Amino acid sequence: MQILVLIKQVPEMEKVQFDAEKGRIDRKSAGVEVNPFDLNALEAAVKIREKLGGSVTALTMGPKRAESALKEAAARGADRVFLLTDKNFAGADTISTSAVLSAAARKLGDFDLIIAGEMSVDGDTAQVGPQTAQFLEINHAAYVSEITSVSENEITVNTSLWEANYSKTFNYPLLLTVTKDLNSPRLPSFKDKMKARKIEVEKLDYEAVKNQLQVKEVGFKGSPTWVENIVVPQKIERETKVYNKNETEKAIADLKEILAAKNLMEA
Amino acid sequence: MADKNKLLIIAEYSQNRIHPVVFELLNKGRKLADKADLSLSVLIAAADNIENKELNELIYHGADEVQLIVNKNFSYPDEYLFKKAILNFLDSKQLEIILIGATHFGRSLAPGLAAAMKTGLTADCTELEIAEDGSLLQIRPAFSENILAHIKSNTRPQMATVRYQEFTRAVRDESRKGKISIEKITLKENKSLKKVEKISDQKINITEAEVVVAGGSGVKTREDFKMLQELADIFNGVVAVSRDIVDKGLMPRESQVGYSGQRVKPKLYFAFGISGAPQHLAGMKESETIIAVNTDPSAPIFKAADYAIEGDLYEIIPEMIKKYKKS
Ligand SMILES: Cc1cc2nc3c(=O)[nH]c(=O)nc-3n(C[C@H](O)[C@H](O)[C@H](O)COP(=O)(O)OP(=O)(O)OC[C@H]3O[C@@H](n4cnc5c(N)ncnc54)[C@H](O)[C@@H]3O)c2cc1C
Ligand SMILES: Cc1cc2nc3c(=O)[nH]c(=O)nc-3n(C[C@H](O)[C@H](O)[C@H](O)COP(=O)(O)OP(=O)(O)OC[C@H]3O[C@@H](n4cnc5c(N)ncnc54)[C@H](O)[C@@H]3O)c2cc1C
Repeated sequence: MQILVLIKQVPEMEKVQFDAEKGRIDRKSAGVEVNPFDLNALEAAVKIREKLGGSVTALTMGPKRAESALKEAAARGADRVFLLTDKNFAGADTISTSAVLSAAARKLGDFDLIIAGEMSVDGDTAQVGPQTAQFLEINHAAYVSEITSVSENEITVNTSLWEANYSKTFNYPLLLTVTKDLNSPRLPSFKDKMKARKIEVEKLDYEAVKNQLQVKEVGFKGSPTWVENIVVPQKIERETKVYNKNETEKAIADLKEILAAKNLMEA
Repeated sequence: MADKNKLLIIAEYSQNRIHPVVFELLNKGRKLADKADLSLSVLIAAADNIENKELNELIYHGADEVQLIVNKNFSYPDEYLFKKAILNFLDSKQLEIILIGATHFGRSLAPGLAAAMKTGLTADCTELEIAEDGSLLQIRPAFSENILAHIKSNTRPQMATVRYQEFTRAVRDESRKGKISIEKITLKENKSLKKVEKISDQKINITEAEVVVAGGSGVKTREDFKMLQELADIFNGVVAVSRDIVDKGLMPRESQVGYSGQRVKPKLYFAFGISGAPQHLAGMKESETIIAVNTDPSAPIFKAADYAIEGDLYEIIPEMIKKYKKS
């Protein structure tokens, strides 16, 4: 099985500071990490390779510092890692991101399976997976919470759509976007980390995809959408009424009145 | 009206009904269409003929035109097939705006449609406006719900998925008139999808309840959730959980509230033994009233709550049941 995993480097969301007054995201306030859902994607890929053999390739588009995300992917089991980086790629929306990722996927090999995260925790659109599938003209399954069986010829997954759970069996090639429920990513061992150090991050720039995409189709130029403005909403501060340990009885009695006033009590 | 450009809503028909988000889109869509001088159409793809009575409801709620395309393969959610069919059917020339409900299916279907039409798509919008230049201003939360991004597109149609339960339902007006057309279409089968079956309905629907009784890691066993259920029953409410509870396998994931679970906006949200991580708050912070019970007075959930009760949920819940239950 030839598997490609799409990985995005994102800010550590827990630590990012948002400036409500200036409407700014202060990215410097936080480090970077691999988008959490992409670790589930990578874990799924490694598990399939352990079962069926083959190889796992990790691909990311981003600035140079995204190399560290790929090093982590290598430590977590990717055999080869590629960084798409070029000033022409900057400012991309999901369409031009997906156009470049799909062009690189075509160039890098004949992948049976491409696995992406459900969404990124920064851009948050959940669009890159399905759009990459569209550019490659292949099927995709989104919101995959379980891979129930996988063989050389087909794969069966569970996905939640239409307020129900569906089991779908596909043949390859196929793209999946996966949720956190899929698995618990293993932590890399010391040995894995040492091995990953030696793996070279291979760089691809616009040259690598120029046979497939014109300059005007990538980066900001190839992006039909743009962010005009960012607003950091003021935190909704509620006026909290606090009841301490010794006021439980009063709390329960007060609430009874509030619930009745809201017409929420049993008729 | 024939030469007006269109605002098109692509409707989800699932669970034998037009998904309720469509009626919210009709409310917003009607206002946008009037402001930008567009006609308002709804396109539905369904496996069987939908009764005129049901289609008329779309007109009563604001649509000028309803188009139904019918093929038996629309009986299961196959994005690839729906995408092909819709692209085949659409005449993109007069399309100014396309809105799609940001359900799982909508968010999985819309990106492929947009990429095929080489047009921009804004994800999971919570507000839409017609800007001064006549274009669509699309507002959406990003960075794990921490910011609101204002987004525009320089291609047509301008496309957006729109969050469910963000807008109120359109008002029903039985005197409204509009056009309904139904067309049986043929489709090539999708050879890559070899088998598809529904394994279960998501029986738990926490997004529509008026009262949500949520439990987190402070609740220790599956058995203990019966206590929360008993409290929920008093208010005709539902039980929901934090992700830790789902991770431990104590409750199904359909009942998870938060960034990677469901978003809820009930009249009343109880948080028992939930610390109030940002990813949990993302799913419930807009509830009308929030009551938090926690042994730790410094738990972040207390800052997000209207009523913060310091104490042990194992003592407080039984006491609440006793006091609130009608004997
Ligand atoms: C505030 C804000 C709002 C935005 N809103 C929109 C919008 O509404 N519409 C729009 O078209 N663009 C939008 N963008 C741009 C968008 O974030 C970028 O195009 C981004 O590179 C990819 O989208 P995403 O982060 O939403 O990824 P998602 O589609 O949420 O990511 C899903 C998966 O795709 C893969 N993936 C995503 N990006 C990469 C990458 N660079 N390299 C490798 N794999 C990747 C990963 O597996 C990831 O888990 C927005 C940007 C910002 C800053
Ligand atoms: C990408 C990503 C997505 C995520 N998505 C979600 C999501 O959708 N939903 C979600 O919930 N989380 C999500 N999380 C996880 C989130 O960060 C927290 O880990 C999680 O919400 C914590 O759950 P908790 O509050 O139940 O547990 P804890 O943080 O362990 O809190 C338990 C609380 O219970 C209190 N307590 C203990 N015993 C008692 C008692 N007897 N009586 C009263 N109080 C008691 C404790 O004081 C503590 O405050 C996500 C994380 C990531 C990284």
